[in-house]
Amino acid sequence: MNFGAVSAIYQAEMARFFRTLLQSFISPVISTSLYFVVFGSAIGGRIQEVEGIAYAAFIVPGLVMLSVMTQATSNASFAIYFPKFTGTIYEYLLAPISFLEVTLGFVGAAATKALFIGLVILATATLFVDLTIQSPLAMLAFLLLTCISFSLLGFIIGIWARNFEQLQLIPLLVITPLVFLGGSFYSISMLPPAWQIVTRFNPVVYLISGFRWSFFGQADVPIGVSLLAISGFTALCLGIIWLIFRTGWRIRS
Amino acid sequence: MPPIVSVRDLTKTYAGGFTALDGVTLDIEEGEIIALLGPNGAGKTTLISTICGITMPSGGAVEVGGHDVVRDWRKARDMIGLVPQELSLEPFSTVWNNARFSRGLFDRPRDDAYLESLLRDLSLWEKRDAKVMELSGGMKRRVLIAKALAHRPRVLFLDEPTAGVDVELRKDMWRVVERLRGEGVTIILTTHYIEEAEAIADRIGVISRGRILLVERTEELMRRLGRKELRIELAEPVDDVPETLRRDGLERVDGGQALVYTYDTHAERTGITALLADLQAAGLQLADLSTSNSSLEEIFVGLVKEDA
Repeated sequence: MNFGAVSAIYQAEMARFFRTLLQSFISPVISTSLYFVVFGSAIGGRIQEVEGIAYAAFIVPGLVMLSVMTQATSNASFAIYFPKFTGTIYEYLLAPISFLEVTLGFVGAAATKALFIGLVILATATLFVDLTIQSPLAMLAFLLLTCISFSLLGFIIGIWARNFEQLQLIPLLVITPLVFLGGSFYSISMLPPAWQIVTRFNPVVYLISGFRWSFFGQADVPIGVSLLAISGFTALCLGIIWLIFRTGWRIRS
Repeated sequence: MPPIVSVRDLTKTYAGGFTALDGVTLDIEEGEIIALLGPNGAGKTTLISTICGITMPSGGAVEVGGHDVVRDWRKARDMIGLVPQELSLEPFSTVWNNARFSRGLFDRPRDDAYLESLLRDLSLWEKRDAKVMELSGGMKRRVLIAKALAHRPRVLFLDEPTAGVDVELRKDMWRVVERLRGEGVTIILTTHYIEEAEAIADRIGVISRGRILLVERTEELMRRLGRKELRIELAEPVDDVPETLRRDGLERVDGGQALVYTYDTHAERTGITALLADLQAAGLQLADLSTSNSSLEEIFVGLVKEDA
């Protein structure tokens, strides 16, 4: 195992993050505050409660998830796409490093950034609402698993993308709608029965539901199913990455 | 001693059907400098990329330090450094961090003293905190060299190292190459410039259309090159070379219409003056004189043409 390479990639990626710390920090804080103003105060003033939870507090897990998923995906996809774009990918192909080590370095860094942003948003949220987290450990575990699995997804997108437009395509067309339709701002039980069934096919539902469970002790789907879903998703992404490196697809001619 | 790089019947056909390497076999000895000479698209870069593991071979085998580059890739790659043709660098990172990163990728422990001496050798020390994007093209190439040497490779590949490079950098680069040679590092470079290959390479390989046409020691090639022919057209044909003219290198050609004298331009005495004096003494009338030489350029062009 080439840990030197893992650490070199991780550090180089984190250095990029710290170079743009202000942007990395400020944009999620501002967008979260906006969500609270719009959903928490304006709409929340009319909805009051969802399943016995104040609406402003109810949306916190969904908001954190929304940012974490988009940040993890875009960070990881950009991180691996950029060397392809500048041509420095040759160094990763040349060095004595395996796919596992490359993935660990890039995905580890992207997940760290996403985790950081998730925690910042959570901290921002406490400025607007009273939050009690029922099982902090489960909350952290869900957050971490989401950071990792969506960084893996971003990594795949970055390898697949041939230009900057494609890099934006999946997050814009797939992830954002799935998150918005995944119960970020409402409970699945509020939907008509037919749509409740459709929603069951949205993987993000399971993540947000499980994450919300760790805050309030109640969920749209059983917590075990949520755990299974996110583990399955992580395993699927890992499998795809393993295949990509095995065949050299879009990387090694 | 077994060769440090051993290439056996290597073929590479790209997905589009283009055959870049067509059965290349080549042994490179440890510590030698070998220059691969060939026109654009000859397969030089593909050959290097395949040895380095960037491109997967379609057939044949490559060993570096006795390790197969496909099966035993980790050990093989550990020995290799590459300076690519393109100026591919992380633009937002500093010179120092770029070099450190490359060292890290090869799992070498931190060694700031070595990196400092490396950057000083390449006149990069003053620029160590500059971002790569702020550097000129020549400086960027120096950074590429520093990155390739950051982990102290045993085998160094230089792909067109002096294409578009100024005199200053060329001098610096050859100084570094000299030092590496002293340390026993094996160097494989590709180039368009014949003089460059002559100046530093122990052996020269000519490659065209994916095949190695010739690999020869540089002196050997130079000797072939250093030979010149003096053609003496006679006013009257001779049936036989007169006794007084007979010597090594003189031949009667074209049915006695001309004499051709082959001589070594590097020799202390070419023998031309003596030959001309003897010609006069023998009473032969000269119609014309001409000389021709075979430069590496000509050998090279000839080989490539023959192949086409």
